[in-house]
Amino acid sequence: MLAYIIRRLLLLPILLLGVTIFIFAFFSLLSPEMRASLYLTDVPKSPDAMERVIKKYGLDQPIHIQYWNWLNQVIRGNLGWSKTAQRPVSEALLYYLPATLELALWAMLPVLLVGIWLGILSAVHQDKLIDHTTRVFALVGWSFPTFVFGLLMLMYFYAKLQWFPPGQVSDWVTREVINGTFIRYTQLYTIDALIQGRFDVFLDSLRHIVLPVITLAYVQWALLLRVTRSSMLETLRQEYITTARAKGLSERVVINKHAARNAMIPVATIGGLLLINLLNGVVITETVFNYPGIGRWAATAAVQLDILGVLGFTLFNGFLLVVGNLVVDILYALIDPRVRLE
Amino acid sequence: MRTLNKLLKNPLSLTGIILVLFFAGVAIAAPWLAPPENPNEPYRIIRCGYLPMPQPPNSSNPLEGIWKIITREATICEARPFGLIESYDIYYGIVWGTRTAFFVGLVITGLNVLIGLIVGAIGAYFGRWLDELLMRITDIFLAFPFLVAAITMAAVLQPLIGRGLITAMIALIVFGWMSYARLIRGDILAIKERDYVYAAQAIGAPHSRILLRHIIPNAIYPTLVVGSMDIGSYVLSFAALSFLGLGAERGYADWGQIISFARDWIPRLSDYWYIVVYPGAAILLFVLGWNLIGDAFRDILDPRLRGRV
Repeated sequence: MLAYIIRRLLLLPILLLGVTIFIFAFFSLLSPEMRASLYLTDVPKSPDAMERVIKKYGLDQPIHIQYWNWLNQVIRGNLGWSKTAQRPVSEALLYYLPATLELALWAMLPVLLVGIWLGILSAVHQDKLIDHTTRVFALVGWSFPTFVFGLLMLMYFYAKLQWFPPGQVSDWVTREVINGTFIRYTQLYTIDALIQGRFDVFLDSLRHIVLPVITLAYVQWALLLRVTRSSMLETLRQEYITTARAKGLSERVVINKHAARNAMIPVATIGGLLLINLLNGVVITETVFNYPGIGRWAATAAVQLDILGVLGFTLFNGFLLVVGNLVVDILYALIDPRVRLE
Repeated sequence: MRTLNKLLKNPLSLTGIILVLFFAGVAIAAPWLAPPENPNEPYRIIRCGYLPMPQPPNSSNPLEGIWKIITREATICEARPFGLIESYDIYYGIVWGTRTAFFVGLVITGLNVLIGLIVGAIGAYFGRWLDELLMRITDIFLAFPFLVAAITMAAVLQPLIGRGLITAMIALIVFGWMSYARLIRGDILAIKERDYVYAAQAIGAPHSRILLRHIIPNAIYPTLVVGSMDIGSYVLSFAALSFLGLGAERGYADWGQIISFARDWIPRLSDYWYIVVYPGAAILLFVLGWNLIGDAFRDILDPRLRGRV
């Protein structure tokens, strides 16, 4: 197993190399002037300003040399300057990550609990009303464009009822952070508020996070529900389930102890897929709710052609996906003794 | 045929079929449902005036307005059944946007399956280092988060070939073919060991003939089915790009773009609900239709779910 883990981790730099070469090739489609204009923050004041930017960043050099220069810097931990974040890329990642992490952690809770519970319920009552209802519910979620769902939520719960505003926290919380009366130890507002016993801040950040969490969760449910349901259906057809029933065990014990546990094994494998969905989901969700996380930054960076920002985000993503999939594989081997990693 | 029968008997997939047929009807009847001002440019949404503010529908019952347009009692601007945004008529945009949705969904899916087929078939058939290389390239493409990659691609292409349907579609094709390549590769790996393939090789048939006549026709069916089930999700991704301002050019009949105008009016959306609700319902129902069919399809084709509990 250790050999397997090491081999998978060795693949990581190769994969990231491929990904970044690809993005570089991508941006080399743009002319040096176009790329130079991405570095300008203002209308160039002198005619040679463009030239100077091109020279300074080596934008007229062959693309493989530019790539080599960038790679050299990356190895030293310098990911470059992000125009859209107005700070170095590595700092930008750290700056935006906590907000997204907070969102993702809060979203995972309802996704896992409700998704698995409804999936089991749906399988146990196959082709009954509850099965059809949950499947339609999940399919509608799967078919809902994230931004439409988000806008509808904002329309009702913000514009009409004024319950849940967009953004991350209210202005008065931001002022308290600046004044130093509220300290961000972990950078996660909800956790920090609990640590300091500030329930007003906790409630405020909760108010802001409810809608994006529901939006993220609703799209994810479909996948989880579907996998749980079909895995559960398959397990319920196994002979050991028949045996358990024949022994006279109660239906509750058969389903909870014998079926559900085994049905969870394939469910664990889609952990990686859930992660990818989440990463895609936060881009749109954070944009709609104006939530200052890594996804909104990525969308802005991509639309405004902030090359180094996009590269940094993609590196981060590739890393997260490879490590995430590895963790899923290891978990899988731990849950299911029949699986041996080689 | 048995599959179709099952699809028609299941209430969920029947609903899906009805939804897709309904949209197909709207797409075909578009010139009649919403007569264009300039027949040469039907996809340009009709503008009524120059006010940027959203304008409410002219009557509380939208069907009334639509009926007036169909019977030619009123022009689009007089009836405006779904209201206006940035002075674009929402009803007109939705009706002609149906054609855009079908076009985008079918073309993206078709090309993705085609590219996946080429990559997967070559890799599986010739094997060895070529297969290894192609699959590693596939892995690299899979390491991108689909949506962010597509956004970047569309953003890079925009200054090069201009904003338009094609830009967003290319972006979704470049990052969409991988799962089909993997699927068809697996199927071909199984089929290329069959006796009839060996027989064809033995009589000296060229590789192209073996691949095109013997292997691909026998391996392509599952990929085609999966592809057809993905049409809805490509329409969703395209709408997301449109929403971020990377879709069709301004004023083009495209559902995602109409909704993207709503971003400027979020605090007042309860008054301007019609910017989100009508085009949103169009996307939702269109995608739902495809997904309902796909979901039932998957159950029918999944052999593990046959038999009794």
